[in-house]
Amino acid sequence: MALVFIPSLMQKLSNGEQRVSVEGNNVRQVIDNLDEIFPGFKERLVEDGRVKPNIAVAIDGEITPLGMIEKVSTDSEVHFLPAISGGV
Amino acid sequence: MTTADYERNMVLATDTDYKVIGTRPVRHDGADKVTGRAIYGADFDAAGLLHGKILRSPHAHAKIVSIDTSKAEKLDGVKAVVTSKDFPEVGNQWLKDNILASDKALYVGQAIVGVAASNPHVAESALGLIDVEYEVLTPVLTTQEAMATNASILHDSLTTEELGKDTGVVSNVASHTQHVKGDISKGFAEADVVVEREYNTKTVHQGYIEPHNATALWSPDGRLHVWCSTQGSFVVRDSLAELLDMPVSMVRVTPTEIGGGFGGKIPIYLEPVAALLSRKTGAPVKIVMSRKETFEASGPTPGSQIKIKIGAKHDGTITAAYAWMAMEAGAYPGSPVGAAVQCVFSTYDVENSTIDGFDVVVNKPKTAAYRAPGAPNAAFGAEQAINELAEKLGMDPIELRLKNVATEGTRRPDGPVFGRIGAKEVLEAMRDHPHYQSAKAEGTGRGISIGFWFNIGFDSACNIAVNKDGSVNLTEGSTDIGGSRTSIAMHAAEVLGIPVEDVRPSVVDTDTIGFTAVTGGSRTTFATGWAAYEAAQDVKKQCIDRAAIIWDVDANNLQMEDGVISSQSDSELKMTFKELAEQLSDTGGGISGSASVNPSGVGGSFAGNIADVSVDPDTGKTTVERFTCVQDVGKAIHPSYVEGQMQGGSVQGIGWALNEEYFMNDEGTMTNSSLLDYRMPTSLDLPMIDTVIVEVANPGHPFGVRGVGEANIVPPTPALANAIYDATGKRMTSLPMSPGAIQSADAE
Repeated sequence: MALVFIPSLMQKLSNGEQRVSVEGNNVRQVIDNLDEIFPGFKERLVEDGRVKPNIAVAIDGEITPLGMIEKVSTDSEVHFLPAISGGV
Repeated sequence: MTTADYERNMVLATDTDYKVIGTRPVRHDGADKVTGRAIYGADFDAAGLLHGKILRSPHAHAKIVSIDTSKAEKLDGVKAVVTSKDFPEVGNQWLKDNILASDKALYVGQAIVGVAASNPHVAESALGLIDVEYEVLTPVLTTQEAMATNASILHDSLTTEELGKDTGVVSNVASHTQHVKGDISKGFAEADVVVEREYNTKTVHQGYIEPHNATALWSPDGRLHVWCSTQGSFVVRDSLAELLDMPVSMVRVTPTEIGGGFGGKIPIYLEPVAALLSRKTGAPVKIVMSRKETFEASGPTPGSQIKIKIGAKHDGTITAAYAWMAMEAGAYPGSPVGAAVQCVFSTYDVENSTIDGFDVVVNKPKTAAYRAPGAPNAAFGAEQAINELAEKLGMDPIELRLKNVATEGTRRPDGPVFGRIGAKEVLEAMRDHPHYQSAKAEGTGRGISIGFWFNIGFDSACNIAVNKDGSVNLTEGSTDIGGSRTSIAMHAAEVLGIPVEDVRPSVVDTDTIGFTAVTGGSRTTFATGWAAYEAAQDVKKQCIDRAAIIWDVDANNLQMEDGVISSQSDSELKMTFKELAEQLSDTGGGISGSASVNPSGVGGSFAGNIADVSVDPDTGKTTVERFTCVQDVGKAIHPSYVEGQMQGGSVQGIGWALNEEYFMNDEGTMTNSSLLDYRMPTSLDLPMIDTVIVEVANPGHPFGVRGVGEANIVPPTPALANAIYDATGKRMTSLPMSPGAIQSADAE
């Protein structure tokens, strides 16, 4: 299972859990399954079927350009980060 | 490489054997640039061209009660007038308001009305005939003012967002970001030495020499064509389509040559106004900003308030690091604080850290990117604190950094784990450099620092067509700020085994190339270079296939190396790329290759400085006596351009450190909005900037490229602050470190 790192600002949703193992072959499935375990994550992360524009997903250390369809492997690390604004 | 081997502008190169990569050919656009033939936006002309001017707010914070343009419209020579009411009702309201304000003016210089006339003088006169009634409000000009209880609120609808959660709190704080790693309380409890300080930086401008400009022609068939100076023609296209409620296919953007951008030419300002004026008149409309407008109404980088606390054991192990950073977004949300929180401690492997970032709206122009946006502000605090820690521990500041440096496998404070990076190699190159090994001259101080920028990937496209003389035409969509045409062409030349002079690179319009993201984030050589690599591979494969047809052999037995196609089984079968090119039309037609990429594998870059300064004890004026920039670039495709980026970023950082600031009066007006009063360094103010290119290849790119445009502006401000402290005993916690500021500071 992929290891999801819960951001500090979202740990109220995970009852203080900082890391959660979640099944899923891509980001969409990981978020869906995380929301099954801890309801509320999908609302925080997803808008109109896409990762919210102010949130970035990093898989194994790298921000993914593919969003919800990015592949996730069983030993992947998944991070939800603030998307960089300011126009870099 | 040993210390004795160093010369000025060294390349500590990887051993990979390339023919074109790593050489220093003359740039393809060089002749046009040095002879003045290159066409910039302000040069644009067309039959029936009208000239636009913009009426701007004199107030930093005011409600717009009414706008009366009737007298201006009657002036002889005036062809059209536009206000925010001419925008379609759809689209991002804040983006529209930053183009033409609707209900409120939120900074001095914000556009209110656009006018098109037969010549610029009539348009200017018309602005004086427009009556705007304002209800003036109290401005907030710093994060401290904006975050204070009972602060004047810029946007009644703005509530603080926390990573996808709307807190519902109406505030000038647009967002709060936080990264937590380990247990900060435990980390500080383990520390033997703790350093804690607050730092402040002022608003500064990128200082590009060419002001913003745009020309628009809205044709009777409904298509809009815009020519402008931009870092991203597709960003302009897509933004215009959104604001004007048009399909992207109805908007064509042609990027003209660009006279500097550094991040500031990513947003749009004039393009929609010119477009609306052209729609009303049916004529092309050109608008060019003055220098004053460029300062007041484009996107500077933010002022900021930064609190740093770092603890370490006696042996130098950093046990805890805390940062609190508030950055000015300007009038609308979107400061670079998100990047700052990623970068502030990423050079170090720290077990326990907490970083809080706040995006704060203030009554100043909406900030834009400026070379590693946010990271220099953060480094000004963090890298001074590290030096202060070294002093308290009695350690060499480079050795303290090396003891804690992040390497491959280090978990960053924001969570992800680093791949192969070159922070350690940069610090070692600094330590071993003759500059650092030499004794300081009498009366001088020396400072060092290191900085990080993560770089980005994103979309790029490239087309390559083979000419019958064996040259190729390469088209790409990345506007060329720092010589990228040639760097991209070198990727193709390396793959095809031909001289780079045989590649003709062109930056083309949005109708002519696939989607390409901005020239920014140090992504162009990485991503557009990758697209050129892939397009050249496409051409190469087609060349092999064509040779197989000509020779009637199996293509799997053929290879193409160094521009020669040959058979692995028959030594008689050989043909150069040029010889094949001559035969294309007779053997099946021309060959062209293309690629669109959105690559992963981005590699971050680290840059470090060694700076020697002297400070005049009577005036406080700082003279930079010697300055060395060391940077891990992955692979230097064209080392001269890499050195240019390193020197340019260093010089901009030196200006930011010592002189530059938006000097605002209490009403929120910038009082130094000219290049005479906004003091950027010239060559007369500076020593030669020595460079050391460190090549730790990025395994995520075919040639090892990381991207070099930004990390180099991160370390100069703390390096100079540390040098000034070494020279004077004064710890400078605010930028700029101007003569007056140094004079009034107390020695510690």
